[in-house]
Amino acid sequence: MTRVESQPAIELDDVVVTRSGRRVLDHLSASIAGGRITAVAGPSGAGKTTLLRLINRLSVPDSGGVRYGGVDVAEMDPLVLRRRVGMVFQRPTAFPGTVRDNLAEAAPDHDGGYATAMKHAALDPSMIDRDTAQLSGGELQRVCLARTLVTEPEALLLDEPTSNLDEAAAELFEAAARSLVGSGTTIVWVTHNRAQLERVADDVLELRRQP
Amino acid sequence: MISWVGLAASVLLVGVAIGVSMVLRLRLERELIVASIRMAIQLALVGGVLTLVIADGRSIWWSWLWVAAMVGYASDVAARRAPQVPGLRWLALGAFSVGAVVTLGVLFGLAVFPVDGRTVVPLAGMMVGNSMTATVLAGRRVVEEIGDKRDQVEARLALGKDTRAASRPYVRSALRSALTPQIETTKATGLVFLPGAMTGLILAGVDPAEAVKVQAVVMFLVLAAAATTTTVVALGAASRLFTPDQRLRLADDPSLRH
Repeated sequence: MTRVESQPAIELDDVVVTRSGRRVLDHLSASIAGGRITAVAGPSGAGKTTLLRLINRLSVPDSGGVRYGGVDVAEMDPLVLRRRVGMVFQRPTAFPGTVRDNLAEAAPDHDGGYATAMKHAALDPSMIDRDTAQLSGGELQRVCLARTLVTEPEALLLDEPTSNLDEAAAELFEAAARSLVGSGTTIVWVTHNRAQLERVADDVLELRRQP
Repeated sequence: MISWVGLAASVLLVGVAIGVSMVLRLRLERELIVASIRMAIQLALVGGVLTLVIADGRSIWWSWLWVAAMVGYASDVAARRAPQVPGLRWLALGAFSVGAVVTLGVLFGLAVFPVDGRTVVPLAGMMVGNSMTATVLAGRRVVEEIGDKRDQVEARLALGKDTRAASRPYVRSALRSALTPQIETTKATGLVFLPGAMTGLILAGVDPAEAVKVQAVVMFLVLAAAATTTTVVALGAASRLFTPDQRLRLADDPSLRH
């Protein structure tokens, strides 16, 4: 996959997010290094998912700012930002149809890259014409990873991507992530799992639940 | 022509319904009487006003004013039927207006009917009345589909799709749901039921072949109206669920959740 030369980094500057009257992120400032896996840990309700959503602008903060590669994400075209910063959600969000249909939805003119994206996501490329309705939870989650990878993002936001997977599938997913970092991708990985955090994280960002 | 005595005799049919209610203890007698009286008064009022509006020599603008009032009232009814659709009053107003321009534009532009009060008001009435259900359904379905499939919509946004592309599958599904009943009705016309306009004309003494032609035009009018109004409402409702900076509004706005 082609990569930009500069290592993207993510910075959060005094970010405040309130949802339903509760302060989810309270004046959070943090810096996330490029080309590494940063694990985001903390109890439920600590704002881990919210943090990821702020980075690719699926949500916006009440105050404070988020910068990607030194640029305020509020100043960037959200469509361009989301192509540069891909996201895999906690629950598999495969679209109806085959694996190929899913990849085509993400990158319709890039079918030459489908096999590479599937390999990076630890999926056998021979599965490309399988209907997603027939796949296991682990396979679906890796289809979602492949679908994100086919857009060739510089950074990946992973929201507890292995929480619904068995141990073997989780290990395959972790191996896929490590190989992506090896090729220069920045990964922000939300996890509850301490053992997994120790296995995969280069850095850890610990969030606390606000009262 | 129906005589006043004939009209009075037909009230016996309401008596049949009341009799059924009494025998089966449905306790609907009062409802039946109120509904019948209310209907008779409403029709008398409408008939009186229509007589004035479409009287010979009256300006055609009175008819168009009537159409505008119908469109406005229908938008209000649509908004009350589906309060969960944000901004439906204005969306429906736009939809019925576009529907009227398209359908009446074709019928009058191609001289299918002459432009006068006797054609403008009934045709616009059938356009609005028959597309109301589909319009409300389209708005509701879009909001439900996008709310239910929120994960997939956001997954599409996260892939760098714009809001139109992210909502397209759900808008399409909502439109199919909204239009299918009208298509089924169109298919069954003539076999399963005889539609109102045609039976009305035949009862009024018009040659059945003429009545059939009028009814066919009305069915085409209704199909086009339903397609137009549902499309405007579905696209408009979908766009209101997103922010201008390409986010799903439901994600941050609990007041829009259902």
